[in-house]
Amino acid sequence: MLRFVAKRLALAIPTLWAVLTLVFVLVRIVPGDPTIVILGDQATPAAREALRQRLGLDQPLWSQYWDFMVQILHGDLGRSLVTNRPIVDDVWAVLPFTIELTVAALIIGVAMGVPLGVLAARKRDGFADWFARLFSLAGLSFPAFVSGILLLIAFAVQLRWFPVISTANATDPVERLRALVLPAFNLGLIMVAYVTRVTRSGMLKALGEDYIRTARAKGLPQRLIVWRHALRNVLIPIVTVIGLYLGVLIGNAVVTEIVFNRPGLGKLIVTALNQRDYALLQGLMVVSAFAIVVANILTDLTYGLVDPRVKTQ
Amino acid sequence: MSAAPITAASEALQVEGLTTSIRIAGHWFDAVRDVSFTVRQRETLALVGESGCGKSLTALSIMGLLPGAVGRVSKGRIVVDGVDMTAATEAKREAMRGDRIGMIFQEPMTSLNPVLPIGFQIAEGLMQHRGMSKDAARKRAVQLMELVRIPSAADRLDAYPHQFSGGMRQRVMIAMALACSPRVLIADEPTTALDVTIQAQVLALLADLQKQEGLAVLLITHNLGVVASVADRVMVMYGGDVVESAPMRAFFQAPTHPYSEALLAAMPRVDRASKLAPIPGQVPTLPDMPAGCRYQSRCPLRIAKCAERPPLTPLGGDPEHGVRCWVRAGA
Repeated sequence: MLRFVAKRLALAIPTLWAVLTLVFVLVRIVPGDPTIVILGDQATPAAREALRQRLGLDQPLWSQYWDFMVQILHGDLGRSLVTNRPIVDDVWAVLPFTIELTVAALIIGVAMGVPLGVLAARKRDGFADWFARLFSLAGLSFPAFVSGILLLIAFAVQLRWFPVISTANATDPVERLRALVLPAFNLGLIMVAYVTRVTRSGMLKALGEDYIRTARAKGLPQRLIVWRHALRNVLIPIVTVIGLYLGVLIGNAVVTEIVFNRPGLGKLIVTALNQRDYALLQGLMVVSAFAIVVANILTDLTYGLVDPRVKTQ
Repeated sequence: MSAAPITAASEALQVEGLTTSIRIAGHWFDAVRDVSFTVRQRETLALVGESGCGKSLTALSIMGLLPGAVGRVSKGRIVVDGVDMTAATEAKREAMRGDRIGMIFQEPMTSLNPVLPIGFQIAEGLMQHRGMSKDAARKRAVQLMELVRIPSAADRLDAYPHQFSGGMRQRVMIAMALACSPRVLIADEPTTALDVTIQAQVLALLADLQKQEGLAVLLITHNLGVVASVADRVMVMYGGDVVESAPMRAFFQAPTHPYSEALLAAMPRVDRASKLAPIPGQVPTLPDMPAGCRYQSRCPLRIAKCAERPPLTPLGGDPEHGVRCWVRAGA
């Protein structure tokens, strides 16, 4: 198992390098002179030249690339063009909120999606199946900003169970959890939909396999056949789907944060876009790329746990 | 069907007038018709026939493993170790399966759960039926793996199916089926998917275990070579009917039903130079089955009376040797 973990981690290094290079290139091929964007078109050539020097844009490209890589390796994402604060500090301040939201959504997705999918497969074409299919179709068809607003109207404005605005500085853990429920559910809805679908189809397939017949011939009760013998095999496609849609989840987290006015990377990205803070945007791209790479490593490691054929190959 | 009370005695498995129906396009057809037999302790009964003749359906009916929506036992009685399975509740059948009656399947490559360790899959039945602790069941699993001659059993307890060859997997299946020392073992084509040398090993192993454990074995196969080497009695099925039932020697010396003859003629033999004689035509599908004798559409001996269903008639003097044929039974 240790060797398997080491191998996966080693494989992540070239991926990260490629992603960082891509971010570097993308930011540099965006049309327009950044000094004009920052200083406005009335700025004197001398002022623009000074800024260019300060940003290191007068250096040759390979030297900029080298500096960029070295900086990131030191955990430095540069400074914001607008506030001049270190970007790392801004990111660290809001990252826990985004992680909290994403993890909560993931838990909701698995905790609701798996049982719903299993139930649907067992009562195929019955009421539970019909409900699960409708529910997952709804989860897939509603964009996060629409479902978010509907949730807000129903549970925050009408029923007043949860706060409308998820305040940033909720130091009281109960308040913080209350503020998390609606956004997490909104984000989790998509995950529930994906997980329900893959669990349902996976279970339908697994329950027809020869090893299920063997388990029945062994005289195991239905409960063990379904939850142990069949579901253990379906965990493999479930993990695959979760891994694939983690990227989608992170993207939707941004939308959800904005709808619910939650602090997080989403709000930071919108701020950066509004203020044309290219340095901050570049930093945020690095952070999200890093998050997706980490999510993929975790997915790969989870494979090793749910599928014995992976780690012994 | 006799109404006499069934006593356990040495009869480990009794099947009386079993009729199993399957559903095709919304209609139910009898895929197994009025099949009766008993298997005693230490005895091997071979069930022989082409694909689709009802062998496996008979086995699944006995195990109570018919897929509910498309298959059902519509008539008859199945008694395993004195317990009437047809009258039992599903919970009772569950308790019997894997405990008093075990089954091994044709496909060792797909019949083991790929994500659970071998040792656990063997131990599972013991924990379920015997209430054994995890540790005790694991210890017993090692013994069982040694019993089926899996080398370095203790080290391979936590190995997964993909780390085993086909022959080794079939040994694991046998260990699993025998875990709770059942009285009856159903082996559905246990060696068909294996290499010839491995086939011989697995058959020898089964024969040894049968002696040790006093098992009653119902062996399902289409391989007459296998039948000749391990069976005590033979039952030939065609289109869901038992067409001939005989002690093994009598069957090979004097196959009587035209279908049995044809089966033997279609088997390659080194001591015979003649060409193989394939049976002309195919088994009709269930909706197209002729009324009366089901073999009549392929039978060279067909007479007018074959439009009626012949009974399984004992042949001159031997109550053990029966044949379902108007011509051969001399009617």
